[in-house]
Amino acid sequence: MRTTSLLLLCLAGAACAQTPAPTTAPSPSSNVATASAASPSRDSVGRPGAGALSLPNANPFPSTYAPFPSRTTFIRNATIMTAAGPTLQNASILLRDGKIVAVGTSVTAPSDAVVIDGTGKYVTPGIIDVHSHLGVYAAPGGGGLNDGNEATNPNTSYVWAEHSVWPQDPQFPRILAGGVTTVQILPGSANLFGGRSAILKVVPTRTVQGMKFPGAKYGLKMACGENPKRVYSSRGPSTRMGNVAGYRTAYIQAAEYRRKWDEWNANHKGPPPTRDLGQETLAEVLRGDILPQMHCYRADEMAQMLDVAKEFGFKIRAFHHAVEAYKIADLLRENGTGAAMWADWGGFKEEAMDGIRANIALVDAAGVRAMIHSDDPSGSQRLNQEVAKAMYAGRAAGINVTEDMAIKWMTINPAWALDLDSKIGSLETGKNADVVLWSGDPFSVYSKAEKVWIDGSMLFNRDDPAQNWRTDFDLGFVNGGAR
Amino acid sequence: MKRLTLSVLCAALLTAAAAHAQTIAITGGTVYPVSGAPIQNGTVLIRDGKIIAVGADVAVPANAQRVDATGKIVTPGLIDASTQLGLVEIGGEPSTRDANARGTDGVAASFRSWDGLNSESVLWAPARNEGVTTVVVAPAGGLVAGQAAIVDLINGTGAQMIRRAPVAMVAQVNNPRGAQTGARGELIGKLRTLLEDVKFYQTHRADYDRSAARSLTATRADLEAMIPVVEGKLPLAIDADRVDDIQGALRLAKEFNLKIIIVGGAEAWLAANDLAAAHVPVIAGAMNNIPTSFETLNQRQENVGILSKAGVAVAIIGNNGDGDEELFNVRNVKYEAGNAVSYGMTHEAALRAVTLTPAELFGVADRVGSLQAGRDANVVVWSGDPFEFSTRVEHVYIHGQEVMSPSRQDLLTQRYKTLPPRYESHP
Repeated sequence: MRTTSLLLLCLAGAACAQTPAPTTAPSPSSNVATASAASPSRDSVGRPGAGALSLPNANPFPSTYAPFPSRTTFIRNATIMTAAGPTLQNASILLRDGKIVAVGTSVTAPSDAVVIDGTGKYVTPGIIDVHSHLGVYAAPGGGGLNDGNEATNPNTSYVWAEHSVWPQDPQFPRILAGGVTTVQILPGSANLFGGRSAILKVVPTRTVQGMKFPGAKYGLKMACGENPKRVYSSRGPSTRMGNVAGYRTAYIQAAEYRRKWDEWNANHKGPPPTRDLGQETLAEVLRGDILPQMHCYRADEMAQMLDVAKEFGFKIRAFHHAVEAYKIADLLRENGTGAAMWADWGGFKEEAMDGIRANIALVDAAGVRAMIHSDDPSGSQRLNQEVAKAMYAGRAAGINVTEDMAIKWMTINPAWALDLDSKIGSLETGKNADVVLWSGDPFSVYSKAEKVWIDGSMLFNRDDPAQNWRTDFDLGFVNGGAR
Repeated sequence: MKRLTLSVLCAALLTAAAAHAQTIAITGGTVYPVSGAPIQNGTVLIRDGKIIAVGADVAVPANAQRVDATGKIVTPGLIDASTQLGLVEIGGEPSTRDANARGTDGVAASFRSWDGLNSESVLWAPARNEGVTTVVVAPAGGLVAGQAAIVDLINGTGAQMIRRAPVAMVAQVNNPRGAQTGARGELIGKLRTLLEDVKFYQTHRADYDRSAARSLTATRADLEAMIPVVEGKLPLAIDADRVDDIQGALRLAKEFNLKIIIVGGAEAWLAANDLAAAHVPVIAGAMNNIPTSFETLNQRQENVGILSKAGVAVAIIGNNGDGDEELFNVRNVKYEAGNAVSYGMTHEAALRAVTLTPAELFGVADRVGSLQAGRDANVVVWSGDPFEFSTRVEHVYIHGQEVMSPSRQDLLTQRYKTLPPRYESHP
């Protein structure tokens, strides 16, 4: 945890070097969604030019999430994988008021606690999937629910994934049943700039606002390689060099847009510059307040994107898919950029030919923030199994990957990619009580998530199917609902 | 890696030195013959590419090469009952796609998919190295996609790899548009007309050749290819997910006395008793529970377990996710089976579903799918439970030859394990 926080500070520092921006500090308690979400706009008014947004109303779709009712919960005598240190045997964890109150081998149950026997079972942090299209490519699919790619322009940095998310997507309760508690919903990869991501809690709600993770920074989906050049082959970009020209051109314009707004924010002289939704997003990337999450397969392209980021003074938070990350793990480390990968997808297109199962282990061993991701509603339900494959492949390749390292690939490392590692991703006192109780070792093919808590509230219980979340779609259409 | 490289070298040497004369005794392991009960401390004796004995009291000839499997699991090689391995190399690259025939108005019955088999595919090794020794290579698309073949994953020419062909005719009742029709009823009607035309053609060949027969809806080649299907000799493997589509396929099978296999079968559990009564097998995955389309609203992970318990013959295939990753990951069929166990199938049934049952479905159970005297020596030695992630494959034999060899993925892993790679450093 200490290393995490330090690294985070360093990164924040680096971003601030050019723009002395106050970071939108994570709110210490989870029930102040409104205040936390509103803080960027307060900053922009209060400190013009210093990480300011382009406009006073910078958070027009604020989170309305509030933790569900919870009971003080004590899980005893379990194997606890904290993602913050060595696995604890015969240990207990106490959840109260949405937070983790204590973890260890000498914790005792308060009298008011619901006690759950964890004998033979495992406890991990809630899984975080940083690459999902749930809600934007909702089941059952078809054109009516095809809302993930605004494939009308290579630069659609003006779209926001949350405006496509359907909260009744029946896939949401299914990933919750797989232990996923936080998810980054990204636009598709048709465009160089796909749009803003949405960071969501996997909870039942009528509105996407009710799922939005309070205080989470937005991500920006960018995409390398074959997809944009294929989609825009007739109008351009139709080549990889066209792609790179597209990113650079956009950031040149965004830098100018930012300069105008920073100037106006500083002196309020004359009328404010004209707003541009896409430029607002890119300007926030340049200010370090929106985290670029970039779909990129090939090593050489990732290396070029690291240079593009340097040219414009921003950081790519993580490359996604990154099937060749193992070839340039040293460069990723030097640049402080993470990599979100599959365990073993590859071969389905030319830029995916060189996928290897030891990718995550090799990248981790090189000192890079390595993590699993799904990009797939089925895989998202079994990220523990994906990590297991990657872990054992690492060992087969001669890398000493422990379970304590591998657990981070689906918890604290993806939390870092979202800049939420101070709130979620590990089982430590004070953190959000996002917790999964597994029937056995999560790296066994036979283990299943039995119970899942988000902010201390048990939202999935395999032993009580009648109480589990069923979306509107599940009603009637699906015999039995989420299973 | 070192282990792999060594075993590869050994295998290469053995192959060079008249492997067919070689006797191999795999001893000490827990042997799962699949055709019978597990044998503790069992021996599998292999000679001339065949299994010659399996049991607890098998005498090992003095000249046999002994493979110590103490504490390990020995099973038949795994069989993936439906894949495009060898037909498609890179999904996104059309020049490497040979699974979908153009056909004539949605019918491509005469398409022998294996004629385009890529014996040099880089995708064989990853599957083979993880215990898959046989696959059913199946075409896709249209109403009738074409013919499937059963292929052993040996290092050899295409002709050497093909074990038997055809083993099935592939069709679908899932997607009317794909069949060049506009509605489900029209699709079934089109299939019925085709079957009637085949039967007519069968008895009117001479008239047909004199152009004296009524007009038929398929080409001569397609009608010819369909004859074994209407004779009930060649299984018609029908892609069907929605329970009504499955029932429709069952009715059609009854009407025409067809031998059918349901493939996909997302909602098959809702027709489990009917499938069992009709002795119609199902080929399905075990990791899908998403209503991904209006045809698959009720798909659930318990599907194969429910079918198996109802007495339906089930083969498990890898069909997790979007399918993009499938060819790279034919090796993952064992994990699909493990997930089936998690959702109610017995371990015994799940192992059978990736070995003997697919062999039976495609008429090759006398050669592969079980460890019995007289069968091809397709044998895998595992460090533990074949379905567990922690298990390593230690030996893979196909026709009695050790076939593990570094895959392209292994070579890449070796090359980049230390950065910068050797080719970039200047000593």
